[in-house]
Amino acid sequence: MLNISNIYNLYLDGFRNMQLGRTLWLIIVIKLAVILIFLNYFIHDRSFKSEYTTQDQRVDFVYNNLIGEK
Amino acid sequence: MEEHLVDWSRAQFALTAIYHFLFVPLTLGLGFIVAIMETIYVKTGNLEYKKMTKFWMGLFAINFAIGVATGIIMEFEFGTNWANYSWFVGDIFGAPLAVEGILAFFMESTFFAVMFFGWDKVEKGFHLLSTWLVAIGSNLSALWILVANGWMQYPVGMAFNPDTVRNEMVNFWDVLFSPVAVSKFLHTIGSGYVIASLFVIGISAWYLLKGREILFAKRSMIIGATFGFVTSLFLTLSGDESAHQVALKQPMKLAAMEGLYEGKTQAGIVAFGILNPNKTLDNDEHPYLVEFEIPLALSLLGYHNVDAFVPGIKDLVYGNESQGIESAQSKIDKGKIAVAALEAYKEAKKANDDAKALEAKSTLMKNMHYFGYGHLDKPSDIVPPVAITFYAFHMMVGLGGWFLLLFGVMLYLATKKEIENYRKWLYLSLYSIPLGYIAAEAGWIVAEVGRQPWAIQDLMPVGIAATKISTTNVQISFWLFAFLFTVLLIAEIKIMTKQIKIGPNGGH
Repeated sequence: MLNISNIYNLYLDGFRNMQLGRTLWLIIVIKLAVILIFLNYFIHDRSFKSEYTTQDQRVDFVYNNLIGEK
Repeated sequence: MEEHLVDWSRAQFALTAIYHFLFVPLTLGLGFIVAIMETIYVKTGNLEYKKMTKFWMGLFAINFAIGVATGIIMEFEFGTNWANYSWFVGDIFGAPLAVEGILAFFMESTFFAVMFFGWDKVEKGFHLLSTWLVAIGSNLSALWILVANGWMQYPVGMAFNPDTVRNEMVNFWDVLFSPVAVSKFLHTIGSGYVIASLFVIGISAWYLLKGREILFAKRSMIIGATFGFVTSLFLTLSGDESAHQVALKQPMKLAAMEGLYEGKTQAGIVAFGILNPNKTLDNDEHPYLVEFEIPLALSLLGYHNVDAFVPGIKDLVYGNESQGIESAQSKIDKGKIAVAALEAYKEAKKANDDAKALEAKSTLMKNMHYFGYGHLDKPSDIVPPVAITFYAFHMMVGLGGWFLLLFGVMLYLATKKEIENYRKWLYLSLYSIPLGYIAAEAGWIVAEVGRQPWAIQDLMPVGIAATKISTTNVQISFWLFAFLFTVLLIAEIKIMTKQIKIGPNGGH
């Protein structure tokens, strides 16, 4: 059975001995940076939640669209 | 809403979903194939199976690493491009996605690490369990996503709250076990299993064609072809159930899938056909230029009754009294009553007129089922793009038939013959890898294009679901996403092919 130290060593050794895994992790990090930083803050910076911060504002916004956009 | 904007938002979501689903199915299926290989290794102690497990596990990791988090972009799009939709669906959509996120994080971060780092460090049995749990976990992740999608196709288990203008979940089990969600889940994971099997037999065929890793390739071929043959049968059965649910819940989609304009009893399936491009809803031109029909099959498969009436596009648009089919115009009228009642309810609440509010709410609830129709201009708006739906459906079914044949033949050759001598079949296996992806994407096109104009069936058309934002912004992000996903796809193909060329004795 694994204890805490064994679990730590499992991850440590695993990351140290990676070959192809290093390239894959690099891709994952770059991708997450692009998605979570670039896309989130520069492309999808104005979302429904950020534009309408209270429940009433959100309700009014959607309500007006449901009623007005016939 | 400006049509141009809606089309760009729609195109952007389609692009993201299509690219995302290039990575998903291989993960769904290859996880199980790897787990089967490792089970044989643990049972027999044969190191060849350990080598096989590690090699295919490496390719699984490449696909997983490139594909992971690509779905997050769709969640951003919900907030930016589809704000009305996101609010309107309420926790019904959010709850399954949250479960998926939590489950994926815990299962994958724990057992994924054991699966890759735990060789020779944990007991064989525990390692095998981890491999199985990664496979099961990735399929469970798909379950929650498909439950959410199933709800959009057939909204159940919720009640509309006019105060918050959003739907609230009243019965989680109705949402989870909706027959549409269940059949969609089974059919989608089935397609993932078939794609993974095609991937395994295709790459094994490449090794055999090159005269490399013969024993490894033959054994992989047997496992891949067996898994593929069994899951192809499963895919056929789940596809039949899926089509049955479409017939019951989304008859317009079924009519578009078959290019059926005039409804009929004892309807046949057009197994192969070319649509007449001049055919419209209002003219009497024949719908097909070429057709090869299997008699009675549409009534039988759609309704499990050869005498069943299958409504055509015209029946659903104009109504068919003798068959009890309501016209789209009647539904639009009721929808407009529902929309007006929502407005009246809100006005009455503002004016603190409880009696009027109660009356408006009652009218709204009586007509809520038709709410989305209130935003349509004319009855023909309920017709989806027929040609895209028809050809995508026929392509998916045709390819599905080919895969079943291919798995059967390859299994026979791998077990009974010197398979390396059947080079044509080996080439066919190799070239069938992309066909699996084409079939799966075609399936999604049937599911999503075939249900237009709805974002949520009968409740919210796509035009209302979209947010009013700058079209230029959507266009810019569309091309950015296209670039990002294309780079990821190229990276996946390059790393995969490099690893395949290195072979099963290379590093991970």
